[in-house]
Amino acid sequence: MDLSLSTRTVGDRTIVEVGGEIDVYTAPKLREQLVELVNDGSYHLVVDMEGVDFLDSTGLGVLVGGLKRVRAHEGSLRLVCNQERILKIFRITGLTKVFPIHSSVDEAVAATD
Amino acid sequence: MATVELLFSALPEHVRTARLVAAAVARRAGVDEAVLDEVRLAVGEACTRAVGLHMSHGIGSPVRVSLIEDEKKFSIEVGDEAPHRRFTLPGGTLGAGASAPPQAGATSDAKAKATANGNGNGPAGGGGGGLVEADGALMPGARDEIPEPVPEEDEGDGEMGLAVISGLVDDVEVTTDENGGVIRMSWPTTEPVLP
Repeated sequence: MDLSLSTRTVGDRTIVEVGGEIDVYTAPKLREQLVELVNDGSYHLVVDMEGVDFLDSTGLGVLVGGLKRVRAHEGSLRLVCNQERILKIFRITGLTKVFPIHSSVDEAVAATD
Repeated sequence: MATVELLFSALPEHVRTARLVAAAVARRAGVDEAVLDEVRLAVGEACTRAVGLHMSHGIGSPVRVSLIEDEKKFSIEVGDEAPHRRFTLPGGTLGAGASAPPQAGATSDAKAKATANGNGNGPAGGGGGGLVEADGALMPGARDEIPEPVPEEDEGDGEMGLAVISGLVDDVEVTTDENGGVIRMSWPTTEPVLP
């Protein structure tokens, strides 16, 4: 299982749909994608993690890096995730306080705060 | 001896293999299905850390994973051969704080220095200009170098993996010395699953 990435835009938001496993081997690909989006001027990102089967601290690090990048441009990075095993990792690392986590892409796109 | 032992080259692409093997052996040993996700994540974090340490120290030897089935518990040991810097686990400090004075030029060139010294330094440590001079005097460059296959300072502090492990696993123990480190984790088992 590798990492799959696809992007689309909804209004001023860019949805990054992630599938597969985000670990030490695949996380650099996600990082490249996020860096590329920010470099191209997409500062409001929604990372849809519903298709993610595995996430470790390397993946968390990449998401934190993405958040820092968009914040440097007054942007936002929202996550979409309903999977308990993935949410648990955000919880034990305290990152639920850092990332807005939504239950659907629609909800994340509509969110403004 | 361990029920299953796994040696793999210290490369990121092999960490997934270690996760799969560990989860398979844990399942067979009778670790609860609901806990297998935690086993997978914890062993992945430990292996990722070991791979990072080997890579940043230029250590060519493999990462070692021992999967040990006992009567009432299943244990995993992940060993690296990196001469250890001090680090802290949430909830407890292992070793002293980082206070060694930087060598001239070490600050801006930590990675190169770590690699150069690591090359001439076998698992036993020592050697000319080796990483370990004494317990409290690890090479300044290497010690603060966060072993990160994602080479970017703002993406994780490299010890988030340890934080995840200690958040996940109740029974975890980390030991380190100049020859390397071992992360030991264990989980209770129920009735062993017969083949």
